[in-house]
Amino acid sequence: MVGIVGYGAYIPCYRIRVEEIAGVWGADAESYKKGLLLEEKSVPAPDQDTITMAVEASRRAIKRAGINPQEIGAVYVGSESHPYAVKPSGTVLAEAIGACPDVHTADLEFACKAGTEGMYLALSQVKAGDIKYGLGVGADTSQGAPGDALEYSTAAGAAAFIFGREKIIAEVLETYSFTTDTPDFWRREYQYYPRHGGRFTGDPAYFKHIVGAGKGIMAKAKVKPEDITYVIFHQPNGKFPLRVGELLGFKKKQIEPGLLVNRLGNTYSGSSPLGLTATLDIAKPGDVVLIVSFGSGAGSDAFLFRVTERIDEVRDLVPKTGDMLNGRRFYVNYGTYAKFRKKIRKAEK
Amino acid sequence: MPTPARYWREIPQRYRLEAAKCRRCGLILFPPRLICPQCQSREFEGVKLAEEGKVVTYTIIRVPPHQFEDQAPYAVGIVELDDGVKLMGQIVDCPFEELKTGLRVRIEFRKMMEEGEAGVIYYGYKFVPA
Amino acid sequence: MRDVAIIGVGMTKWGELWEKSLRQIFVETALEALDDAGVDRLDAMYVGSMSSGLFVGQEHLGSLLADYLGQRSIPAARVESACASGGLALRLGFIDVASGMNDVVMVAGVEKMTDLNPNEATYALGTAADQEYEGYHGITFPGLYALIARAHMEIYGTTREQLAMVAVKNHENGALNPLAQFPFKISVEAVLNSALVADPLRVLDCSPITDGAAAVILAPLELAKKLKKPVVKIIGSGHATDSIALAQRKDITWLESTYQAAKKALAMAGKRIEDVNLIEVHDCFTIAEICVIEALGLVEKGKGGQAVEAGLTRVDGRFPVNPSGGLKAKGHPVGATGVAQAVEIVKQLRGEAGPRQVKGARIGLTQNMGGTGGSSVVHVLAAE
Repeated sequence: MVGIVGYGAYIPCYRIRVEEIAGVWGADAESYKKGLLLEEKSVPAPDQDTITMAVEASRRAIKRAGINPQEIGAVYVGSESHPYAVKPSGTVLAEAIGACPDVHTADLEFACKAGTEGMYLALSQVKAGDIKYGLGVGADTSQGAPGDALEYSTAAGAAAFIFGREKIIAEVLETYSFTTDTPDFWRREYQYYPRHGGRFTGDPAYFKHIVGAGKGIMAKAKVKPEDITYVIFHQPNGKFPLRVGELLGFKKKQIEPGLLVNRLGNTYSGSSPLGLTATLDIAKPGDVVLIVSFGSGAGSDAFLFRVTERIDEVRDLVPKTGDMLNGRRFYVNYGTYAKFRKKIRKAEK
Repeated sequence: MPTPARYWREIPQRYRLEAAKCRRCGLILFPPRLICPQCQSREFEGVKLAEEGKVVTYTIIRVPPHQFEDQAPYAVGIVELDDGVKLMGQIVDCPFEELKTGLRVRIEFRKMMEEGEAGVIYYGYKFVPA
Repeated sequence: MRDVAIIGVGMTKWGELWEKSLRQIFVETALEALDDAGVDRLDAMYVGSMSSGLFVGQEHLGSLLADYLGQRSIPAARVESACASGGLALRLGFIDVASGMNDVVMVAGVEKMTDLNPNEATYALGTAADQEYEGYHGITFPGLYALIARAHMEIYGTTREQLAMVAVKNHENGALNPLAQFPFKISVEAVLNSALVADPLRVLDCSPITDGAAAVILAPLELAKKLKKPVVKIIGSGHATDSIALAQRKDITWLESTYQAAKKALAMAGKRIEDVNLIEVHDCFTIAEICVIEALGLVEKGKGGQAVEAGLTRVDGRFPVNPSGGLKAKGHPVGATGVAQAVEIVKQLRGEAGPRQVKGARIGLTQNMGGTGGSSVVHVLAAE
């Protein structure tokens, strides 16, 4: 039996409201709020990046796991905002948590599902018997072009999961990945902002792959939506997860605990993983949890978990996702946001 | 500006706060040293610093050194950790009006600076309100 | 050990000397000292400079400046102890003559700071701090002293106004010093309204960036007596160090190195602090002067602010401190400061200080400090 041994989340404390962004560009805030169910999003401070958030989320996961980090045999970081193009986020993370030098590490990219990829690789190595514990992290400081629709949702956050065979809090029942070549959203090398295909990102991309992965894993595991307690989908906005849930036969209350985007924004590689940490924060022993991510390009990773008794022992050891989402936070105006996100730069020195 | 070597050498301290405890007199040294300044012993055991503490004193830097030009103004303080060790670090995620002596803080991993657009990124510890 | 006297002093106007290079500033000042002493050949030279390397890219200063002074081939050394470089140079020169190794020795200090922009200069000055555990976190010198100031204010009740009064007093003295960078008075309101540099310290709490040099010529006492000038002797010298990282000190409001250095200097001189008529201290920041007068034992620990407010340290007060205007009004070309303090005391002890003259000046003390008290050098001078 392989499963999650520890999990941790990190959300920066700065926020910006949809009205603040809309006001600058002369857009209609209501259409974002009512149409996409977006209210506000997290903003990383200038001294935060994918690596710093991954470290904090991972440290929390280690505390919940209650393990010696030297026993972590693999560290995978999935992001589309790795600070370096060449030099892995994983080495800084592995060093910071004390897993070096007996550790394998790799950085992953697959738009918004790089985080679940890392989780998949970590758990696979544990399953293969190669390592005792594996860490998979999804973290991003997503960027949206100024004035683009994405600017209202691109946010920052990190979620970390440690997999192992002992001290399990959520057993992995099944995994399934659904992948095709679908150019719905991309960023060319040396480009600063990504581009997307507008409405093409909906049915042929998000919905096709999540439905494909959702149906695929339920068939593989021989379960139906009624057998599942909670489901988490990738969250680019507040509407898509509810609609895809409906398409797959899920009810709103199954989706709600893991639906954070309206107040958090879309944390890209952290999106569904943070929905998972929020769900584990409230799940009870015996609950069955399904997570289906989506990464543009395109593909979906699906995992089916069953929560164990041990969740009650570890849940409160470190800050919960809701504590960070609803706790101490500071709202910034667009100018500060643009400065933090380097959308305005000073002259060359 | 630190070269990669100068930065890399301090990683155990900057990332993991590894310190040394004198076996003879118990003084905790951060960074670790070869000889205890209190009792001259050369025997140490490795320890990690406590993760939380309180602000002893603080200031807000408004005229920064050139490597920190883009970061000013920022708060820097001396924090006494719960194990008695005092260290200097920036205090972040805290509006300046909320800074005060005695504020409980915890250590967080943050970016210190970047060597321009193409150089190394330096990481280290900062303090956030606990 | 022989008795050592100061037989000549030199100091030119300090400020932003755009047209003068480091070597030019040094040579002009050094020539003045040579002329004042009436000598044309030195046996050795010590030059204090905190960082000619960072400020103007020039190391190997001893040889360069000896050559430019027309003293090619003499033993010459650059001495460094951050802002105490000048004071330490004085000590090494003193030891050189006292030991009998050399007779006529020049001790000078020079710093050319304005070739860097302010943020680069802030960095260069910051190298006096612990680079890996203080500088790495973005602290500056004003920042370090601001940490001390806040602690002093919270523990002892020192007020913002008392800090300002240090600057006001020093400017009052400096207004009478034609060589000072800022020879004018300022008010407490001006200090309190000046821009914040590192809370709670403001621009007018901080000594400035300055170009300048100072020089003295040391000689054995018998030689000095032949010169038919008022004789000034160095009767005590003390030097002590402390951890440079502020967080590693037991008490961040107490300058242990100053306390130790002063104790040694006064013991060597056979004097107590009460015997001293005037003192030149290292007021790199207003709070520094307050901490220094406590460490010297002029007042009880914690009472420095009150002492300044009560006027104890005015030129006409019980313990005149910084009659020259101090670092605040005179300027602080880092390596030159320690030597300039000696220049002022010599002039005062000779009775040549003009409108700044402290009446009855017979014994003077200089206190020069590096960083936040990582090093202190104290000298006691006496009129023969």
